[in-house]
Amino acid sequence: MSTIRQLSIFLENQFGRLNEVLEALSNENINITALTIADTSEYGILRLIVSEPAKAYDVLKTAGFSVNLTDVLALWVSHKAGSLAQVLKKFAEEKLSIEYLYAFCLGEKAIIVLRTDNHPKAMEIIEGNKFALINEDDIKNI
Amino acid sequence: MIWNETFECMSREDMRRCQSRRLIDTVERVYHNVPFYRKKMQEMGVTPEDIHGIEDLPRLPFTTKKDLRDNYPYGLFAVPMSEIVRIHASSGTTGKPTVVGYTRKDLATWSEVMARTMTAAGITRHDFVHVAYGYGMFTGGFGAHGGAEKIGASVIPISGGNTRRQLQIMHDFGSTALACTPSYALHLAEALLESDYKRDEFKLRTGTFGAEPWTENMRREIEEKLRIKAIDIFGLSEIIGPGVSSECTCQDGLHVFEDHFVPEIIDPKTLEALPEGADGELVFTTITKEGLPLLRYRTYDLTSLDYSPCRCGRTLVRMKKCYGRSDDMLIIRGVNVFPSTVESVLLDMKETSPHYLLIVDRQSALDTLELQVEVDGNYFTDRISELQNLTNRIQHTMESALQVSLKVKLVEPKTIARSEGKAVRVIDKRKLS
Repeated sequence: MSTIRQLSIFLENQFGRLNEVLEALSNENINITALTIADTSEYGILRLIVSEPAKAYDVLKTAGFSVNLTDVLALWVSHKAGSLAQVLKKFAEEKLSIEYLYAFCLGEKAIIVLRTDNHPKAMEIIEGNKFALINEDDIKNI
Repeated sequence: MIWNETFECMSREDMRRCQSRRLIDTVERVYHNVPFYRKKMQEMGVTPEDIHGIEDLPRLPFTTKKDLRDNYPYGLFAVPMSEIVRIHASSGTTGKPTVVGYTRKDLATWSEVMARTMTAAGITRHDFVHVAYGYGMFTGGFGAHGGAEKIGASVIPISGGNTRRQLQIMHDFGSTALACTPSYALHLAEALLESDYKRDEFKLRTGTFGAEPWTENMRREIEEKLRIKAIDIFGLSEIIGPGVSSECTCQDGLHVFEDHFVPEIIDPKTLEALPEGADGELVFTTITKEGLPLLRYRTYDLTSLDYSPCRCGRTLVRMKKCYGRSDDMLIIRGVNVFPSTVESVLLDMKETSPHYLLIVDRQSALDTLELQVEVDGNYFTDRISELQNLTNRIQHTMESALQVSLKVKLVEPKTIARSEGKAVRVIDKRKLS
């Protein structure tokens, strides 16, 4: 199974907290490929895809952050109208729930990162439909 | 006006004689009927024969909330349960409530002292007494009710909550006297100002407020906004409930109904009785109670006593408004909250570290309680729904343990200050002094 590790960090809604995370990573020369923040009225969860997830985890843990590594799926889709819908339609047909998803594009291609409630089932759908999965090595080269 | 001139205006000498007689009788009863007290007195080498009068009070053992808890629920009762006609309870330190029981005579005593309280506040049989204290296990509602009924006033037992309905009833029924917590009185005042009602359409003229600490500033605010006289009353369920002491309309100290409850001031550290006028912890000995007589019950409230007669004619000793606590108990919306309860609940929940901070504030007159809890780094989950569930679970468990509503806020680990000495667990932003 080829999931990738995403860093999830609990952040209180306070000035400067996000910056502290970014600086801690920058000091260790860790590059961020993707970033998203889910926010509630009281706190946020920062989600990061980085070049070296294990090292980044240790760095943030040592700096005192509530951090964990979460397995997520990353897929290539083409940067065209309807391509994301095509992927999600298959998931919906198999009644697979998506807990969260974020996406970004790179020229002609786009990457979607998602967490489902059942990764093994998601893998079956991905393989069955020949969707292009991205692994951690690929991430380093993006 | 004075309800019971015989006792409320007695000479100091007669009062001491009355107290001495009643104390001797009480000690006799608890020694023979309550194993806890017999054992304590035997350990101290004191027998009922050693107690000749009120001057011997310092020879008797203290009682604490912990003793009530250790003998939960009925262990300190001094009569057979068949004699108990009412049971009330207040929140305790570990989820177990503090249980109190009344005989029929105790209930009569309670309405007597509350009748004195109502009368001292200028309330008469011509008044409509709007009782907005909670009715139930809390002693506030029933206590005020009994006193108001005894003086022959028309009692409106509306209980707490539902502010709009409170205003409607107060307006339509012509309530003249209000009995509730001071913070609820302020809340009602603000609700009235925001409502479509006009103050002139209300007949409200006075109020008796207690069950939580309040300041002179709050009193002024209540008096100005509600245009009533605000009388401070004091009590605790262990002693009887409301009706332990009350201000008169001179508003110059609270008259202790000392023919029933004898006050002392002690040094909370050395436990030595302090001389007249000294600041210290207030201790009560009940001398007429049958169901749950208590010797030298520590209130942990800090105040002082003044034995000079009042301008109103009462000779009863007056206690100053309490200026603090000698333990860490918080009173929030009339409910006793112990930080130690919070700690034990958190320790039982594996997801959170026992690092917490309670923030007490007062917003638009009502006390608010926020609990900040550090999310243990090992438990932290990426799913917001699980974090929300955790918040809800902490909130429900806390609310049922503390009996007071609160807001839970998850914070990052190590963000709550650790100190070298006693950890700061509570920030009380209410201005009470």
